[in-house]
Amino acid sequence: MTTPNVPLWEVFIRSRNGLAHKHVGSLHATDATLALQAARDIYTRRGEGLSIWVVPSHAITASDPSDKGMMFEPAESKIYRHPTFYDVPDEVGHM
Amino acid sequence: MAAASIQVSETPLVLYTLRRADDALILGHRLSEWCGHAPMLEEDMALANIGLDLLGQARELYSYAAKVEGNCNDEDKFASLRDVRQYRNLLLVERPNGDFAQTMARQFFYAAFADLYWRAMMASRDTTLAAIAAKSEKESAYHLRHCSEWMVRLGDGTDESHRRAQSAVDDLWAYTGEMFQADDSERGLIEAGIAVDTAGLRPRWLQTVTSVLSEATLTLPNNDWMQQGGRFGRHSEHLGHLLAELQSMQRTFPGATW
Repeated sequence: MTTPNVPLWEVFIRSRNGLAHKHVGSLHATDATLALQAARDIYTRRGEGLSIWVVPSHAITASDPSDKGMMFEPAESKIYRHPTFYDVPDEVGHM
Repeated sequence: MAAASIQVSETPLVLYTLRRADDALILGHRLSEWCGHAPMLEEDMALANIGLDLLGQARELYSYAAKVEGNCNDEDKFASLRDVRQYRNLLLVERPNGDFAQTMARQFFYAAFADLYWRAMMASRDTTLAAIAAKSEKESAYHLRHCSEWMVRLGDGTDESHRRAQSAVDDLWAYTGEMFQADDSERGLIEAGIAVDTAGLRPRWLQTVTSVLSEATLTLPNNDWMQQGGRFGRHSEHLGHLLAELQSMQRTFPGATW
C-alpha cells in the first residue's frame, strides 16, 4: 500500500465539552473533506471525540529541534515564574 | 465431518428480518475482503469501519430473527450454517469487489437506499426493528456521505478514475431494482405497519443518486431491466465462493469457539 503524492494532514480531537483540541496524529488525504472523514475513521473509532480539526501539515511552522538549547533552556532556571511562592488562603479552596 | 445446514421456519417476519440481516452480513463481508488491500491505509480503515457497522446490524437482526422463529437457531447458525439457496440477500451486495470504483459504487447505491430505509423503519410498529433502525440510520447516513464523496472524486477525477467509475455504475445498475421490490409475504407486513414499502423510497433514492452522479460528471444509466432473485435464494455464482470462505471454520469445526 502506497500513498504517492497525497498530502499529509495533522489531526486534532476534542474529547469533551470544555476541553481543548489535542493533537492525536496525522494521516494522508487528497483534500480537507476526505481528511476529516479519514480522521473520524482512524482516530475516533473508540468514542474518543466530539469534534475534529484537520490542518494541512505544511501549514504548521515548527521549532527546530537543534534550537532546543536556545529556545527552551533559558526558561528552566527561572523557577520564580511558577506561581508557587505565595500561600493560598484555605478559604479560596481548590484552584 | 462438515456441519449440515439448519432448517429455518420462514414465517413472514423471520424471512423479512433474515433478508435485511443477509444484506448486511454479505456486504460487510465483502468490505472485510479489502482489509489490508485498500488503495491507502486511511481507506482501509474506513472500509473496515463500514464493514463492522454492517456486521453489527447483521448480528442484531439475526438475533431478532432467532427470537421470532423460536426454534433454537441463533445468529451464528444463521450466518454459518445456511447454504447459498437459503441466503436471502440482494444480488447487489454479493457482487465481487472488483476495483475500488466497483466497491464504492456498490456501497453508494446500497447506502443511498439504506439511509432512507432505516430512517423510515424507525417508525415501524415492531419496536425491536424500530430500535435497530434508529442505530443503523446514523451509521448508514455516514456511509452514504463517505461513498458520495468518493463517487464525486472518482467520477470527476482523472480520465482513468472517471472511466472506471462510469463502468462500475453501468455494471451495477441492473442490481439496484431489487431493493425496491416486495413480495406477498412482505406486503402483509407493510400493511401491518411493521415493514416499509420500499417502492415508495425509490424517487428519493433516485434523487440522491442523480444529484451525486451529476456532480461526479457520471451518466445515469437509462436501462430499466433489473436483475432479481436474491430475496428468494436465487443467487449469482459469486455468493457460493463468499460463503465457502465465511463458513469454512464453523462447517469444519462445528460449534468451535475461541
